[in-house]
Amino acid sequence: MTMPLMKPRRKNPVLRTRQMNLPPFARGRTALGMTAAAAEGVFALQVCQRCHAVQYPPRDACHACLSPDLHWTPQDGAGELLSETVLHHSNDPFYRERLPWRLGLVRLDAGPTVIVHLHGDVPSPAPFHALHALPPERRQVRVHVGARLDRAGAAVLIGFPAEESEHMADDKMLREMTSDPKFRKILVTDGKTEVGQALVQAFVKAGAEIVWVGHAEPWKKLPGLDDITALPQVTLVPLDLTNGRSVTELAGEIGGKVDIVVNNAEVHRTYGIAARRGTDVAKAEMDINYFGLLRLAQEFGPALKARSADGTTHAAAWVNLLSIYALSNYPPHGTFSASKAAAHSLAQCLRAEMRPSGIRVINVFPGPIEDEWNQNLPPPKVLPATLASAIVRALKQGIEDVYPGDVAQEWVERWRENPKVLERELAG
Amino acid sequence: MTAGARTRSSYEGVAVAVPVTVPYRRYSTHGAHWWIGRAVDLLVERSGIAKDEIDGLTVSSFSLVPDTAVGVTQHLGLSPRWLDHIPTGGASGVMALRRAARAVQAGDADVVACVAADANHVESFRQMLGGFSHFARDASYPYGSGGPNSIFAFITAAYMRAFGAERADFGRICVAQRANALKNPNALFKVPISLEQYLDARPIAEPIHLFDCVMPCAGGEAFLVMREERAKDLGLPHVLVRGAIERHNAFADDPVLLRGGWRVDRDDLYAQAGCGPEAIDFVQTYDDYPVVVMLQFEDLGFCEKGEGPAFVRAKTLTHDGDFPNNTSGGQLSAGQAGCAGGFLGMTEAIRQLTGEAAERGVAGAELGLVSGFGMVTYDRCLCTGAVILSKAAS
Repeated sequence: MTMPLMKPRRKNPVLRTRQMNLPPFARGRTALGMTAAAAEGVFALQVCQRCHAVQYPPRDACHACLSPDLHWTPQDGAGELLSETVLHHSNDPFYRERLPWRLGLVRLDAGPTVIVHLHGDVPSPAPFHALHALPPERRQVRVHVGARLDRAGAAVLIGFPAEESEHMADDKMLREMTSDPKFRKILVTDGKTEVGQALVQAFVKAGAEIVWVGHAEPWKKLPGLDDITALPQVTLVPLDLTNGRSVTELAGEIGGKVDIVVNNAEVHRTYGIAARRGTDVAKAEMDINYFGLLRLAQEFGPALKARSADGTTHAAAWVNLLSIYALSNYPPHGTFSASKAAAHSLAQCLRAEMRPSGIRVINVFPGPIEDEWNQNLPPPKVLPATLASAIVRALKQGIEDVYPGDVAQEWVERWRENPKVLERELAG
Repeated sequence: MTAGARTRSSYEGVAVAVPVTVPYRRYSTHGAHWWIGRAVDLLVERSGIAKDEIDGLTVSSFSLVPDTAVGVTQHLGLSPRWLDHIPTGGASGVMALRRAARAVQAGDADVVACVAADANHVESFRQMLGGFSHFARDASYPYGSGGPNSIFAFITAAYMRAFGAERADFGRICVAQRANALKNPNALFKVPISLEQYLDARPIAEPIHLFDCVMPCAGGEAFLVMREERAKDLGLPHVLVRGAIERHNAFADDPVLLRGGWRVDRDDLYAQAGCGPEAIDFVQTYDDYPVVVMLQFEDLGFCEKGEGPAFVRAKTLTHDGDFPNNTSGGQLSAGQAGCAGGFLGMTEAIRQLTGEAAERGVAGAELGLVSGFGMVTYDRCLCTGAVILSKAAS
């Protein structure tokens, strides 16, 4: 069984901070389909639409019937461990720094043989002599194969034990694929909202060592703030994303310590174009939702990148609270949608810039949240606590794109089917 | 899967001659064209055949990219009327010989130079691994980047589990090959190893340890293929091709490779050669890892599937033993010069059958079998092939 991760000792400031060497990330265009599915936490393989043969490695023609019609399809991942090895030598710097490294060869029940990173809790297959003493039903080592994004943001397959165990998330290999909040130091940029407070509660519950909580207007006493401030892990910090100096000052103070940045600060007003004169409100939305992210990324990004291989609780992730409206404009909240679309585009740029250091950028696209600015929208709406737990889950499971709630799930499906149809439907 | 029902035409009248080796080096600053040039120069020098008379050429090389065989013709000033590019690693020797033999029989070429050579710079091996194949890039290299070590670790572990092989069984193969290598001036490894040293070596990818692995190096191997009469006219010592097979991507549905494509075609091979495995005087197996040597013993019919461990315990595998295997030391002890590793067994077999093997010679050898195994694109080796060569009547 995996031993629980112990709280790492305080770092010796004299020692050099180790730099990141990414694992090999080159993939062919076809193979990136597996990365696209893993980005949402799904293990998908290509399935032939003519003969139903499951394919692996990813390819452009069915190995059984030559059909080019191969669809990425979610898999249950059940399989048998055929063989394993422990590497004591690697040709790649990322793995050299992390040896020994365990790998498995798994025959999926669905057909293909896959090479996997093997979780420490998977038992080794019995050797020849012991094997024949075992009853037939115990000769197989059953595993569950899942897909995860590795530190380079590329999908890899992982062999998990068939049965879950208590501390399995602390497996050394698995922690390389995830951004678990446990023992990490987290900045939540806005503590005044219900979502912000739910996030703080969820991170504390997930074992975060420190949660810094941004507070733009310290003279205001807002409901709920006292509750989170009372938690020993929580420290309120002044942070106004509209003010470059405020962001710079906070980065100077804690930038070199933050492991996960969660940018949940947003301005949300419910107007389209004609319902309000002038551009002041739209500018305020852009100033937080878009320029706020830009200011934050410029100040905190470099420090995060520099610490991405700094011990077991290295800097790991950046979370952006976007909106499902970022994908297609929702006219009743038209200017807000536009600001989130701009933020989404910038977050893609941030993801590309963070990737060489192995920092995961997680984009969260909720449907309407159960808060004051969505008061007039009908249910279903995402509860702040639900949203917070979806974000913690994304960090723990290495998910990159999150669509929490029924509305978001349905919208993203419609958007994928046909973005033009969705646009027309949203126009009312 | 069954072998083709049609009778295969014989390789009658085809001679293989002039085995040359461009001495291996662990690292060299020379590029692939340099090694290929040296090999062709040696072929011309040893055969007495003028460069312009070489009218057929096969080239096997990984490090030649982006060039192919055609680039070599201009580089070396050759103008062949028949050309093939065969960069299939461990299977390239058998495949080159089969193609060249048919070209000579058909009259498409009179003298074919079969050349394999690869460069090895300090960074070459690592750079090759990640881009070795699309499948390797997508589905094996990102998993620990062990290269073939991890794949053959899986295969070795699965074989041990299926058939009860012990590490010492693989050790017997490696130790005997090292003993052979000590009598091969071109082998890179010059010191003997004992079974204890083999067992005590450091792990690389369990259950594979240091002496199970080949050492990548630079080097070249080449030979000539021509009609038998031509070889006689020129007074060139030569061997004859008695039978040859190849097979690719055999047993694709096997979840892990425990048998190779030789099984599909071996009856054809022995039928063509007019002999059985018991008549073979020595074998040159492909030996990137000792487990595949054991697979070849089984799949080429020297013992039954799963009997490999007992077979190597019962036999003496040195050149002077009762089952001589890899008399040059093989790649495990001579070094793996890229695609030239796929030619090593061929040049060695020609030397054995033409009396050029000096102190590592197999006494009275009349028939030799050369086996090829190449190209791990994902989880297994795809190309298999084998040739039976015989001593020419004197």
